[in-house]
Amino acid sequence: MVSTNQEAVISAALEKHSSTEGALLPILHEIQDALGYIPSDSIDVIGKGINRSRAEVHGVVSFYHHFRTHKPGRHIIQVCRSEACQAVGAVEVIEKLKRTLGIDFHESTLDGQITLEPIYCLGHCACGPALMVNGEPRAKMTPDHVDNLVNELRTKNHDD
Amino acid sequence: MTTKIFIPRDSSAIGLGANLVADAFTRVVQSNNADVQIVRNGSRGLIWMEPLVEVETETGRQGYANVTSNDVDSLFKTMFAGASDHHEKSVGPVEEIPYLKNQERLCFARNGITDPTSIEDYLGNDGYRGLKVALSLDAKSIVEIVTQSGLRGRGGAAFPTGIKWNTVLNCPSDQKYIVCNADEGDSGTFSDRMTIEGDPFALIEGMTIAALAVGATKGYVYLRSEYPHAEEVFTEALLIARAHGYLGENVCGSKRSFDIELRRAAGAYICGEETSMLESLEGKRGLVRPKPPLPAISGLFGQPTVVNNVVTLSSIPFILANGASAYKDYGMGRSMGTLPIQLAGNIKRGGLVEKAFGVTLNELLYDFGGGSASGKPIRTLQIGGPLGAYIPESQFDLKLDYETFSAAGAMIGHGGIVVFDQTVNMASMARFAMEFCAIESCGKCTPCRLSLIHI
Ligand SMILES: Cc1cc2nc3c(=O)[nH]c(=O)nc-3n(C[C@H](O)[C@H](O)[C@H](O)COP(=O)(O)O)c2cc1C
Ligand code: SF4
Ligand code: FES
Repeated sequence: MVSTNQEAVISAALEKHSSTEGALLPILHEIQDALGYIPSDSIDVIGKGINRSRAEVHGVVSFYHHFRTHKPGRHIIQVCRSEACQAVGAVEVIEKLKRTLGIDFHESTLDGQITLEPIYCLGHCACGPALMVNGEPRAKMTPDHVDNLVNELRTKNHDD
Repeated sequence: MTTKIFIPRDSSAIGLGANLVADAFTRVVQSNNADVQIVRNGSRGLIWMEPLVEVETETGRQGYANVTSNDVDSLFKTMFAGASDHHEKSVGPVEEIPYLKNQERLCFARNGITDPTSIEDYLGNDGYRGLKVALSLDAKSIVEIVTQSGLRGRGGAAFPTGIKWNTVLNCPSDQKYIVCNADEGDSGTFSDRMTIEGDPFALIEGMTIAALAVGATKGYVYLRSEYPHAEEVFTEALLIARAHGYLGENVCGSKRSFDIELRRAAGAYICGEETSMLESLEGKRGLVRPKPPLPAISGLFGQPTVVNNVVTLSSIPFILANGASAYKDYGMGRSMGTLPIQLAGNIKRGGLVEKAFGVTLNELLYDFGGGSASGKPIRTLQIGGPLGAYIPESQFDLKLDYETFSAAGAMIGHGGIVVFDQTVNMASMARFAMEFCAIESCGKCTPCRLSLIHI
């Protein structure tokens, strides 16, 4: 079932970019936007689709931090580690996140629901510490806000 | 008469609650059946006041700062139900706020004033005047005006824009490209993001003028993946520009063809470097190319290519509309025009300050910035990104000027200033810089020059 969906997503991405020049990044983005990651068994198909070797496609996927090779949780927290956020307490916020979730960067909670990722600047440097939850920004974060945020995400899980 | 209320859709404003405020306003407007239009404008750049809600009145736009959804009922009463005029969140007429009033806004003239995806707003606020001028000139004259303006690249290297364009103009080729660098990777920088989210047509117009100047027919914007809101706004703006004939086969009926494709980057810092970015646009790993050849001569897909930063390109419409000297009259020495400076980190009044070159760090940090956010003395600041420098307090009288900065062993870079108070641990900042460089090295040279800088 999952793999049919995966196949459909990949062929749609290849189809959509069949005449795009330098199409590999746009294709990978389509796939990750739909599936949350780039499944390792898709590398071959993508390579064939754009006449590039498996090694080349793999090289591109692994070069860019944005592309995941493992399925993330339902919720993704991307927290800024860069200097402007550090200057206003990002380190404390990050430590609190890791402790509350019981995970390190690039890991998901035991229930598989929440994934934590580092990010290097979100452009909210005048109102840090900043993070993004499922693509939505949160600025001026504090360790206390972390509790609220995690509760909010956990409640959402209970609701459905 | 319909009253307009402005609530920014800028992503920093959203991060501070602007969407919740907008939802609350929509509800109260509906339940009161009020004749009110809610406009989602860009941000004025007074990030320390966001969400900054404005209401249009006979005496101009009145502002309310740091609004939360809890304020909305009382605010609505103040605005419409004849409650006493004063509200605790009131900051008076927005244009009179010293932080804004004391700026010189050429590039950011429209930010926060317009709805970013309204072409009517854009046209009503000097938009597309520059393109109109450009369409009446030959390519050489456009390049000449840009050269005369003294504009230098705002992405970091400060290379004269007109000279770069001239190289591309003089390279015979059937296919040339305009590539806009919107990878904005340095901590403390957000002027590219604010331009794209708050005034996307200015970038589109600037790229179109660049295309006419060098004979390019296709443009790319390489936008960092960390900016989903900018992507949303720009995607919308491209559709609107095309629908109104500002992009496409026949730009403004001129029989000239130019279109822009938005490309999302993928989180590699080195791809902000122009040759690495071109590799990435070609669908490869972002390995830095040897120079020469210059991208101007052999760039994207081997063709002559203009690579410019977002702010460089969105400074172009003003220059064409108002003339080279109108721009050049600002600034000092060989640093002409204005720079959108970004005040970030531990600063009380963080945000975007567009000033003519020559402003001192002290003025920026204290007159505009109001000192540190923590109230503790400022110890140091970082400018020029991770490859730039930390500047100690003893040098805060430095004037913003490319040459003054290089003489002091520093660089202005993209104009982002990250402020640290006395609690900063310089050893751990240095460790972070090393770690960052190790993560972000493209791996081509061993040992990586990036990390050597910090050893
Ligand atoms: C490591 C590195 C990172 C860079 N990152 C950026 C960036 O994020 N945005 C940018 O516009 N220029 C960046 N640059 C500068 C570009 O290479 C290039 O000079 C610039 O895009 C040219 O445009 P401009 O002349 O309008 O500044 C970077 C350079 C280096 C060496
Ligand atoms: S290895 Fe490092 S220094 Fe060399 S090009 Fe890549 S990022 Fe730059
Ligand atoms: S440094 Fe954290 S958002 Fe820019």
